[in-house]
Amino acid sequence: MASHYEAPIRKPLVLGDKGYHDVTVDIAAPVEGKANKHWWIVFTIALVAFLWGLGCIIYTISTGIGVWGLNKTVNWAWDITNFVWWVGIGHAGTLISAVLLLFRQKWRMAINRSAEAMTIFSVIQAGLFPIIHMGRPWLAYWVLPIPNQFGSLWVNFNSPLLWDVFAISTYLSVSLVFWWTGLLPDFAMIRDRAVKPFQKKIYSLLSFGWTGRAKDWQRFEEVSLVLAGLATPLVLSVHTIVSFDFATSVIPGWHTTIFPPYFVAGAIFSGFAMVNTLLIIMRKVCSLEAYITVQHIELMNIVIMITGSIVGCAYITELFIAWYSGVEYEQYAFLNRATGPYWWAYWSMMTCNVFSPQFMWFKKLRTSIMFSFFISIVVNIGMWFERFVIIVTSLHRDYLPSSWTMFSPTFVDIGIFIGTIGFFFVLFLLYSRTFPVIAQAEVKSILKASGEKYKKLRDAGKPLYEMPAVKGEVKKEKAPKVEKDNPDEKKVSSLLDTIGVFNADTETADDLKKVKGIGPQMEQTLNQIGIFTFAQVSKMTEKEYDLLDSITGSFPGRAQRDDWAGQAKKLNVKK
Amino acid sequence: MASKVIHALYTDDDVLMHAVKKVRAEHHHIDEVYTPFPVHGLDKALGLEDTRIAITSFMYGCLGLIVAIVMMNYIMIDDWPQDIGGKPSFTYLENMPAFVPIMFELTVFFAAHLMVITFYLRSRMWPFKKAENPDVRTTDDHFLMEIGVHNNEKELTALLWDTGAVEINVTEKES
Repeated sequence: MASHYEAPIRKPLVLGDKGYHDVTVDIAAPVEGKANKHWWIVFTIALVAFLWGLGCIIYTISTGIGVWGLNKTVNWAWDITNFVWWVGIGHAGTLISAVLLLFRQKWRMAINRSAEAMTIFSVIQAGLFPIIHMGRPWLAYWVLPIPNQFGSLWVNFNSPLLWDVFAISTYLSVSLVFWWTGLLPDFAMIRDRAVKPFQKKIYSLLSFGWTGRAKDWQRFEEVSLVLAGLATPLVLSVHTIVSFDFATSVIPGWHTTIFPPYFVAGAIFSGFAMVNTLLIIMRKVCSLEAYITVQHIELMNIVIMITGSIVGCAYITELFIAWYSGVEYEQYAFLNRATGPYWWAYWSMMTCNVFSPQFMWFKKLRTSIMFSFFISIVVNIGMWFERFVIIVTSLHRDYLPSSWTMFSPTFVDIGIFIGTIGFFFVLFLLYSRTFPVIAQAEVKSILKASGEKYKKLRDAGKPLYEMPAVKGEVKKEKAPKVEKDNPDEKKVSSLLDTIGVFNADTETADDLKKVKGIGPQMEQTLNQIGIFTFAQVSKMTEKEYDLLDSITGSFPGRAQRDDWAGQAKKLNVKK
Repeated sequence: MASKVIHALYTDDDVLMHAVKKVRAEHHHIDEVYTPFPVHGLDKALGLEDTRIAITSFMYGCLGLIVAIVMMNYIMIDDWPQDIGGKPSFTYLENMPAFVPIMFELTVFFAAHLMVITFYLRSRMWPFKKAENPDVRTTDDHFLMEIGVHNNEKELTALLWDTGAVEINVTEKES
């Protein structure tokens, strides 16, 4: 059909011989299978880091902000650095799901779900810092414009800090509903595949009873489009407002009009780096290489290269304008950044953010997975230094040389930062085991246009579908079970009693040929008996093998020798 | 009242599209189509009207903007005007530039959330709602067309087999 046409020059976005059902199976696999050892190891490390951070937070709140390394000159340091860093990372998720949706970029579909998850989890981390910094977080509701008992004292709507409250909470909540709305059909897919009653219950609850009527889909697509249209200016506004926290002040080095676009570019830059970090690991761990391809990584690397260069231009513009302004305080702030006691932070930032992304001009490097992973880490470090440079080096030598000082973090500063990294990974790891990590419904909708299987068919001039030739029987409700006129019926029923009956409505048949020793012939025989799944085969013991042999009469002892049950058990876990 | 319906299952979106067109050309009413992913053009083929949810979103956005203006006018100008940083609060219009960020955020907040809530309610989705797709395979790789039977079961099944259905079930539906 013409609607599935895509220029042959475009590389496939879904590799391999994948049909609709294969997509379902592949994306449900990490949720339905069991976690492996690596997952548990990483999860434990993340959990320990999180608990350590939690301890530091409790210590801060119970003792006071004085446990941080802040002093009267440097009164903002790691807390705000971390806040801006985490908010920035969050931006890539919305950018991928909203901006790339408006531009109709199909490659977003494999990565948008995880990128949005990353957004939500990192904005949660970001939100922690201002709340802890309040010192008395139980009074956090004072930032809301609510009538209060302290006279008619309202919040100050002229303050960028209050704009932040509104921007971040709008951003977090809108991202959350955008993410959840996209998740509904995928939760429904897992719900309809679930075998265990508990799983079924949980995913029924999460999917809000998604049904998939034509009208639902029509509304779903419209809602996604409008949300994308709303989220695009929203995401730009959020980091703009974060940059106002600095830009509206009168501190040299902060008081610059370039901050909003420069912060937004930096946010996209760091966010894409974090997406790369996470997805390069996830595609491997969850075996999703067919969906998150090298092409996806390459495209993200190009975005990193471009935004990194924009950030580089901003750095140089800042230097030029500082000199050109003729304001000596401004000039000194920038000279001090590059050559003062914090020169190492400045030059780490320059190296990581401006120099390192330039490697991505080389196709060989930007299609190398190891190198992309390395650069993504470098960029994350560089962007943290950028915020540190802006905040600490602008403050530590202010207008009054007598109060010039240095900042050194205490273990509490470090602990809280590490704790948020731990918390972030705890959330992401839990997500990767319980959520459909790829928007499978969307991937299915582009499969015929961009899947390798269909591209090959199209190239070969073959039709993308065939009309089913055989007409079946009309099934009536409460159709009588097909009577088997098999002399071994008793044996069959006793065999099925122990290994369980296959229910075609709730289960799907497995490819039994994957078990060594089962050929197409044997599979047919097994299916006739009523054995369709690995789960059934895995329950077979000696008694069942004997029964099977007596029913089939072929290859006696074969099943025992090849250990079908053992093999099936393994296959069942993998599936 | 229980009514008899035919469920025809398809395994391909293109086959489904042709089937929908053919069934409608034969002047049968298609009650519902369940699909695992958005099939583009299906709503047009089924003759569904365009959704008006984007219009509601616009109206909610306007509401959000009005709420923001009324709220900040009351708080910053009427109730307790302050002289902040040498910039006194006399009129809303004069102070408006400082209020633009919140006006924008609340517009987006109202437009997004109320639209999504409208979508969930109109499509009857909420936590603990029971799913209504008649066959679990419709969230995997099957497409299901539901047609009411009015003493024309034979004719309908013949037609549906012709359109490339892989399975046809006739069931009683409670409604």
